[in-house]
Amino acid sequence: MTIPASSNTFGGRASPWVSRIAMAAVHFFILVIFLQNVTVDTWSAVVGLLFAHLYSVVALTYWSKIERTAAGDTVIVTVTLEFVLMAAIFWERASAWPWSTLFGLAMVQICAFAAVKYWKDLRQAPASAWFGLIVILIYVMVAATAPIIAPYGETEIVGSEYDVWSNKHLLGTDNLGRDMFTRLIYGGRNTVGIAFTTTLLAFLIGGLTGILAAAVRGWLDQVLGRLVDVLMAIPSFIFALLILTIVGTSIPSLIMVIAVLDATRVFRLARAVSMNVVVLDFVEAASLRGEGLWWLIRSEILPNILPPLVAEFGLRFCFVFLFLSGLSFLGLGIQPPTADWGSMVRDNATLITYGDITPLLPAAAIAILTIGVNFVVDWFLHKASGLKD
Amino acid sequence: MSQIGRLVAQRLALGLLTLFVVSLIIFLCIELLPGNLAQEILGQGATPETVAAFNRELGLDLPPHERYITWLLDMLQGDFGRSLASQREISELLAVRVQNTFFLAGVAAIIAIPLAVTLGILAALYRDSWYDRMVNVLTLTSISFPEFFVAYILIIVLAVNLGMFPSISNISDDLGFWEKVYRTALPALTLTLVCVAHMMRMTRAAIINLMASPYIEMARLKGLKPGRIILKHALPNALAPIINVVVLNLAYLVVGVVLVEVVFVYPGLGQLFVDSVSKRDIPVVQACSLIFAMTYVLLNLLADVLSIMSNPRLLHPR
Repeated sequence: MTIPASSNTFGGRASPWVSRIAMAAVHFFILVIFLQNVTVDTWSAVVGLLFAHLYSVVALTYWSKIERTAAGDTVIVTVTLEFVLMAAIFWERASAWPWSTLFGLAMVQICAFAAVKYWKDLRQAPASAWFGLIVILIYVMVAATAPIIAPYGETEIVGSEYDVWSNKHLLGTDNLGRDMFTRLIYGGRNTVGIAFTTTLLAFLIGGLTGILAAAVRGWLDQVLGRLVDVLMAIPSFIFALLILTIVGTSIPSLIMVIAVLDATRVFRLARAVSMNVVVLDFVEAASLRGEGLWWLIRSEILPNILPPLVAEFGLRFCFVFLFLSGLSFLGLGIQPPTADWGSMVRDNATLITYGDITPLLPAAAIAILTIGVNFVVDWFLHKASGLKD
Repeated sequence: MSQIGRLVAQRLALGLLTLFVVSLIIFLCIELLPGNLAQEILGQGATPETVAAFNRELGLDLPPHERYITWLLDMLQGDFGRSLASQREISELLAVRVQNTFFLAGVAAIIAIPLAVTLGILAALYRDSWYDRMVNVLTLTSISFPEFFVAYILIIVLAVNLGMFPSISNISDDLGFWEKVYRTALPALTLTLVCVAHMMRMTRAAIINLMASPYIEMARLKGLKPGRIILKHALPNALAPIINVVVLNLAYLVVGVVLVEVVFVYPGLGQLFVDSVSKRDIPVVQACSLIFAMTYVLLNLLADVLSIMSNPRLLHPR
């Protein structure tokens, strides 16, 4: 009898773990230093650092796995060169915000990597999925290079209040005389960045505890399960507002509160799907051969529950994104003067009663991104379920 | 019947336990406050005497478990204490607003439920037709919209451009019933649009799920008419999931009301809640979240109980 092979989508065991861990430790250390004095100014540095770290891990993993072809390499190199060329042309702006430039470069390369790797799937994707992917790409690039493409500073007052659309101010100015177009770009970076970080954190907490509960069972499962039941008994919007009243609305507390509340949903899903995998023969075989818990989770369970988790990530992101803009719209989320789509709608809402649609643009920006993500998730789910049947 | 009775009793007991735990959480949140409530409210410059007086007035000098019991008993008798910001009785603030909020949610529900269920059944009937596909894209889109976006679009189109409805819903008790409905129209419409999409997607999924089962295929092979299949064969079994969907969305309505009320300056519970959160008026926030959470828990409980009661397998035991 042969031992069933574990389905392992990540690289083999020989992957450079030591270097990865060392790199993660260094990044984490710098991150902690930055987090100690998070202000509006260092926020971009934190996001940049986080993504630089994520990027290097992804690049390391995928560079070894990717099916290298001449065409694929050409695409990646071309895209990189194009970005560098753009940076060289607008060098004055690009050099003034090195983090954004670096981050933009990382994003361009990640997209190129992903496009080359999944080109076969992408070619068969329906129009709605392409729409979603392009929307996401545009948002990510705008968010990455916000300071470089925005004509003015985020909180800079550049004109009189409520100016109309003109050449100087593309979308007019807001209630304090700040450039609307600039705020829209920066708002995208802040809102999307915070929503993404929150979702990531929610998945780390919820996913890990969910899989752990399924793998260990017993009292741990019971305790975590009841805890989640209790947290889910209160509507999350109300709960978030209640807690934010007490801890106050700062960006870190906002991220933590929403992440924990959202982790409950992720926990439920992760636990449910892992339960189905844990009882399968190959997991038992692995545990009989003496593999540790971490190995079981990472190499046996995780690869098999990845598709539903990825789809859930998209949906959760939408949910967190709407949640966050809802909070900001109420004036209880991201605080001024940081630009944010929810609070931009609220601040300029007076214009709406005069029939001016400018304040609706941030809301439309929120809607378009959520629609895009929903379309991509729809396609992904369809594909994942189709492959299984 | 005894089986149903036992199941329902079990759910009710569980619901009661949930309510208790929820009240405990809402109470304990105050304990999480870094430092001390008195210090937080009175500021750094407060003398020890004023802090002590403040603590005594709110009963903060008692041990937590004693405070919880008195708090809970007071709440049950309708005494919510006093607001920190305005010094008024909270129950006084709440009375009218709770009524208004339920009125709004009720109007929205009366429009939304029949609409969503009909559309959902139709989409399931004509699956994969152009109607179904259009509905799929439309509902996906409207789920993706933030509530305030829908609300402002309605304001621009119906209030500013067409002048059909007022853009601010100013409700007071002395208005006639229809006048009230007229002024509530826009917020109710917003809520309807937001929750119809969700409700009908779930209705459609529930029915499609059922239409794939063997006994429906059997009915079809017998040569029954589609209408008869749906009404006589599918609907009794689909009732449980549909009722579940409807009641869960009612629970959503009660929570979704917060954002919509703020947009339309509707004098309801949500508005009060948001105001109190920004003023950090903790007793009012506690009272409001308790009411919201209770409604939510009770509606979820109702969904549970109704879906047990409408389950044909349990209703007609062999």
